[in-house]
This record gives sequence, structure tokens and C-alpha cells, in this order.
Amino acid sequence: MEKYIHAPLDAETISGLRAGDFVYITGTIYTARDAAHKRMSEALAKNEMLPITLENNIIYYLGPSPASEGRPIGSAGPTTSGRMDKYTPELLDLGLKGMIGKGKRSAAVKEAIIRNGCVYFAAIGGAGALLSKAITESEIIAFEDLGTEAIRKLEVVDFPVIVVMDANGNDLYEQILK
Amino acid sequence: MRIIQVAEITEQVKEMCIEANYFLSPDMRQSIADAVNTEETETGKYILGKLCENMRIAGEDMIPVCQDTGMAVIFIEAGQDVYFAGGSLEEAINEGVRRGYKEGYLRKSVVGDPLLRENTKDNTPAVIHYQIVSGDSVKITVAPKGFGSENMSRVIMLKPADGIEGVKQAVLAAVKDAGPNACPPMVVGVGIGGTFEKCAILAKMALTRPVQEFSEIPYVKEMEKELLEKINQTGMGPGGLGGRTTALAVHIETYPTHIAGLPVAVNICCHVNRHVMRIL
Repeated sequence: MEKYIHAPLDAETISGLRAGDFVYITGTIYTARDAAHKRMSEALAKNEMLPITLENNIIYYLGPSPASEGRPIGSAGPTTSGRMDKYTPELLDLGLKGMIGKGKRSAAVKEAIIRNGCVYFAAIGGAGALLSKAITESEIIAFEDLGTEAIRKLEVVDFPVIVVMDANGNDLYEQILK
Repeated sequence: MRIIQVAEITEQVKEMCIEANYFLSPDMRQSIADAVNTEETETGKYILGKLCENMRIAGEDMIPVCQDTGMAVIFIEAGQDVYFAGGSLEEAINEGVRRGYKEGYLRKSVVGDPLLRENTKDNTPAVIHYQIVSGDSVKITVAPKGFGSENMSRVIMLKPADGIEGVKQAVLAAVKDAGPNACPPMVVGVGIGGTFEKCAILAKMALTRPVQEFSEIPYVKEMEKELLEKINQTGMGPGGLGGRTTALAVHIETYPTHIAGLPVAVNICCHVNRHVMRIL
């Protein structure tokens, strides 16, 4: 099914999403990949504040290429989600509701998705030029020294994704290989 | 003897880094466009269609095809009658990468130390493979490699008794494990023989072969066809979201090896299989 949703997410929206749905997201999302996750994890271990509010938000696993003049962002497709698995359950337990990436997740992440009523979306890997067109604004809000791995706040309009794991534990990748 | 100024190498490498990241080679573009017609699932057709649209936008609007503009892998085949003048060849190549990634708005994805992990902020150093050949020309191949698929690659030291079936199983296992992580449809580069490192380099080189070309060795060509068919029967499909088009090509390169060994390397590349070749 095709669905148009708004970010940040709410419980009602998430409960209506099913693995396999084609979803178009409009609203505010945040980017974070390997190095930013490591720093957030270290901050939590020291009881420090995170630079973003996790509650109800979506993190997009993205390290964009630099923006050329007049554009909000460069090429902007998903990176492989599995590298964030080590840090993800903790973030989901703290209120993060959605993730956009590509590829398989660990059993621990899947359990945390079900436990917290979250959703994992895949964007089309390797379609960074196309996906950049759905991003209207981009602003670095933390860890600027990390370059492409800095945390960015993005405004997106009809950003296209597919639900891979829904809050009920359905997993599109597994369904396909059955 | 022919003299080539290293500044010329810098300029060529710079241009090639940019070209590779904005324009896939005609064989790759054609292969993905053809797959839209042969794909059997609606989701698969949708994704392949989006990949074609992505390549069109990349070229028209000058946005890199993929945000992972890769670590620059560069093959240099230098004729032994060439003298490189004007400085260090290696520094000239890295300067070309540095300028290409800066001027081309390409992502800087290289960390200076694998464990300390501080970004070098100019995408250097490149990984450079040199080969000295006869003659007085220089062949440069620039193949920026993304790591979604690189991370799913592997070297397996098989036993001679494992034979051709063992090799096929090893390739299929690597592709199945890669799944959606490697951004299918993939191109699968395989190196068989040589030593531990030789087979890995062969697998990398295999990715630079045009996708419609098969090996010239008859049994290897048969293996390429059989493996491609088997990979496309797994059902993983574009994006790993179901379909027939899991791989666009399987390229196998072979090399003599030791009586005790059968090294196999599987280097997986996503559909953004970038390679630009120029001969000076």
C-alpha cells in the first residue's frame, strides 16, 4: 500500500504501517551514521545530554556528499543499517521511533522495535541523486567536526521509503526469502 | 623512452574521479535499463526504474549517482619504456584524487588510521595497484569503491579437492549473505587462484570488465553464466525487496596457483559499479 505520513511520528501512524508498504515521509528527520552513533552512545554512558531529541523522531542513516552551490544537500542515499545495530536498541528504548537505512538488522534491534512500537524503513540504496530531490533543507546541528558524519536536521517532502520491519515484528526481507 | 609529466597524471586522475561518480559506464547503464524489461516483480521493476531515473538526474543535475563516492581504487599499468618526470608518481595520483574529490563535490570517506578513525578530509590516500608492462603507454583505471558492498566481500582459502563446486558454493554463499546490504542488483567480481592477496586483486579487477563481456576461457564463461542464473533464482532482487534481478553480471578472473591451494575472492559491487579507463 502507498501511505503518506508526517515526521516526527506518532503511535497511531506507526501502528498503521505494515512491512511492504510504500511510504512517503514529509517533515523533519535527523541524520546520524557510524561516528555520530558512537558519540551519542558515549554521551549516554556519561549521562550527558544528546544533541537531538530522540522522542518520536526518525534517524536517517546518511552521510551525504557535499552540496554544490544553490542546493540544500549533495547525493543523499541510505548507508547500511547493520553497522548501527550495536547502538540502536538503547536509542529505541529512549524514544526513537523510526530509522531509514538499507539492509538487515540484528535480532536485538528487531526485539527493540517490537518492544517500543517502532518502524524500520529502507530507502533505495545507491539512488542518492534521486533521493536528494526530496530533501528541501539541511542544517548541521551537532558534531560538525565529523564532516559527512555530522548530525543534520533535514526537512523532507514525500521522501520515498519502504517499510521493512513494522511494530508487529513483520520483516519484509525475511518474507521475500521464504 | 617516453617522458610523461606526473602533472598530466594528476589532471587525468582528477577528471576520472569526477567522471566515474557522475556517469556510470554505458555498459552499466544499458544493463540496468535492460533489467527493467526482464524483471518479473512489480517492486523490482519499480526500483530498477528509480535507478534509471537516479542515473539520469545524476548526469543532468550534476549530483553524484551515490553519496558514497567511494575510496579511490586506481590501477596503473605503466609501460616499462615510460619515464615519469616532474615528481613522485604516487603523490601525483593522490593529488588527482584530492582535487577531484574537492572540485567534484564528492564525499570524503577516508579515515587516516583504521582504528583511530580520523577523516583525512580529502579522500586520500587512494589504494593504488601498479603493474609494469611492456611498451611506452600508461593505462589508468579509476574505480571508486563504495563500502556497503565492499563490506560484504571475502577471501576463502578452499582446498584443491573442493574443486569447481566448492568455488560455486563459496560465491553463492557470499552473495546470499550480502543480500540487501550490498545494494543489489550487484556485479560480482571473483578471483580464483594465485595467492591470498592475488585472488583479491583479481576479483577487484574483474569488476572493471564491461558487464556484457564474458571470460575468454570456455569453462570459466560457463561458470559465469551458471552463477548469474543461480544468483538470480534466489529471489532477493533489486534492493533485496524481491525479484529476479539480484545480479547484473558475474565476472571471474583466474591465475595459476600452488599445488596445495585454491584461493577464491568474492568482491561484491553494488549497481553503482564505477570504473573509468584512459590510456596515455
